[in-house]
Amino acid sequence: MSLRTPEIAESAPKKSDLGSSHTRRWALSFIAVAIVVWLFYTFVLPHSGTGVQTLIRHWMPLGSVNEALVWVICAVGLNIVVGYAGLLDLGFVAFWAIGGYTAGWIMSSFFNQITNGIYFLSSAPPNQPGIHINWWIVLIAAGCLCAFAGIIIGAPTLRLKSDYLALVTLGFGEIIPQVFLNGENINGFNATNGPKGIAPIDNIAALPFGPSTVNVGGATLAISKPLGPFDVTTKYVLFVIVAAFCIFVSLRIREGRLGRAWLAIREDELAASMMGVPLMQSKLAAYAVGAFMGGMGGVVYAIHNNSVFPDRFNFAISIILLAMVVLGGMGNVWGVIIGALGLAWFNSTGLPQFGDTFNSQFGTDINFPSYNFLIFGSILVLMMLFRREGLFPETRTRQVLQEAERSDAEELDGGEA
Amino acid sequence: MTASVETSKVALTADNITVRFGGLVAVRSVSFTIPEKSIVSLIGPNGAGKTTFFNVLTGLYRPTTGSVLLGDRDITGMSPHKIASVGLGRTFQNIRLFGLMTAAENVMVAMHSHTSSNILQIVARTRHQRREEVESREFAQEMLDFVGVGRHADEYARNLSYGDQRRLEVARALALRPAVLLLDEPTAGMNPQESAVFVDFVRRVRDEQHVSVLLIEHDMSVVMRASERITVLDQGEKIAEGGPDDIRNNQRVVEAYLGRTGTEGSAR
Repeated sequence: MSLRTPEIAESAPKKSDLGSSHTRRWALSFIAVAIVVWLFYTFVLPHSGTGVQTLIRHWMPLGSVNEALVWVICAVGLNIVVGYAGLLDLGFVAFWAIGGYTAGWIMSSFFNQITNGIYFLSSAPPNQPGIHINWWIVLIAAGCLCAFAGIIIGAPTLRLKSDYLALVTLGFGEIIPQVFLNGENINGFNATNGPKGIAPIDNIAALPFGPSTVNVGGATLAISKPLGPFDVTTKYVLFVIVAAFCIFVSLRIREGRLGRAWLAIREDELAASMMGVPLMQSKLAAYAVGAFMGGMGGVVYAIHNNSVFPDRFNFAISIILLAMVVLGGMGNVWGVIIGALGLAWFNSTGLPQFGDTFNSQFGTDINFPSYNFLIFGSILVLMMLFRREGLFPETRTRQVLQEAERSDAEELDGGEA
Repeated sequence: MTASVETSKVALTADNITVRFGGLVAVRSVSFTIPEKSIVSLIGPNGAGKTTFFNVLTGLYRPTTGSVLLGDRDITGMSPHKIASVGLGRTFQNIRLFGLMTAAENVMVAMHSHTSSNILQIVARTRHQRREEVESREFAQEMLDFVGVGRHADEYARNLSYGDQRRLEVARALALRPAVLLLDEPTAGMNPQESAVFVDFVRRVRDEQHVSVLLIEHDMSVVMRASERITVLDQGEKIAEGGPDDIRNNQRVVEAYLGRTGTEGSAR
């Protein structure tokens, strides 16, 4: 008779923790917060006192929320590559740029060689030159183009081990924006308009048909009305939908066969291949899915700015995205979202506003936004020292990152070629 | 339980394998077969080329000359994941589980090649995909129960006890539904009692999962008790092959392990 009782290790994950109910709780919170934000800006803010209005306009304009959503979309994409599959990517900005330029190409009057214009379900005014495609389709097209680009660059490079892969992606992230910067004269063909960028981009509409606007309880919802640069509320709703789609996809994928393969690769590449997981194919899939979202983020960014400029797509974007993923908690979609929202807001609004307030309060003249990388860097260093697993880590990584690294000797198996 | 060495069918054939690393010949013209449903051991002193040979079988190295057949299928030079998916499962000398995945997930990873849902099906969660998930989960549980770690299905692999981790590795390899199971020093770190239990376990795996087993092992008591056939490598060459008794009494094997004069150091 055995005296052994089935002793379950203390950190045994509840099934629900890994699976649906945990996810459902977060998903519902996400939707609830998104709706509350919308209600606030639509109904509460216009009727609140000027003090509140000024405060919100300075500290939390809806435009900055929209921009943060762009970051969320891209960070969720990067999380698939870095967090799920464990492949370090330092050039994610390339996909962002390709997405942005796709919008510039097929959603504006840029190609004025096409004098009559090509229209497809577009809300752009008629009889303009260029290509005008409905933005939902552009979103998908840019995603596909980026996924393809991801596969093209991944195919030769994903065989490399982590550090080398990071270097190659770094190069890729530098090359693509340079191509756009210098693409104004390719054998006489102006492909990118060089440093002048592509502007303006078509004003999008939520839907290509239906009533122009509808009235819901005192708020005007734009349906097929082209959205100008100041229609931030409708854009907010649309951006939330795109972000929700990316979140949905990344949650679903994670739970299936492919998600397990990625996790296995992240844990032990060699063992994964010995268990029948095709490394290249799985890594390429991670790259493609991540790039798809990066491309969608690029389109949304172009719409947010009504333009694309090559100098916007700099190396810093790749690093900030990576910081968002690490800060939020690599692998955990919800942590990454919070990391992205937080850092994006801090960068675009929080820090400049804090700087202004500080300067006017103390009569100083410190350029706070120029210190953003100093601050980011310090935050990351502190994180690595005190909370390596990120603010909202994945259940899986929480425990291992809180412990010391397992000894390297354990990794020294004779198997590695 | 009677040994089935006499079975004429062959599960795996390594024919005339040579592996050269630059000027060094790690394995020289080794031929070797694993009869179907048998337990075969590969032994030899350190540096004999066992691991290299193992890596050739699993596709990590491509042999300089020679070929490997799994059943009738030539698997020489196939990539490791392909070899795994056509029926060669393995465990690792230093346990290489996916530590931050649950025991069940570990096993389900190995079912990758037996499932087929693509990205779109996973995102859309089609009926096919859902059925595959349920079946994978059930099969994983079945494998875990078989090796005796079923009640730890939802625990992270890294939290299992050492012995359970060894068993989980076997369950994971079995989920490939392999024809041949390669066990790389499975009793390393076990005490004699545990090793003895493990020998019975390996027999049970062979009998109930219908696989052939290739064992690399240092523990001679395990080798002698478990194997029906033993192949001895020394300095990259096969120096002996036969049943446990033949090997025990083989002069060259004794020399290889203990040295010609009996003073050159001692392996276990």
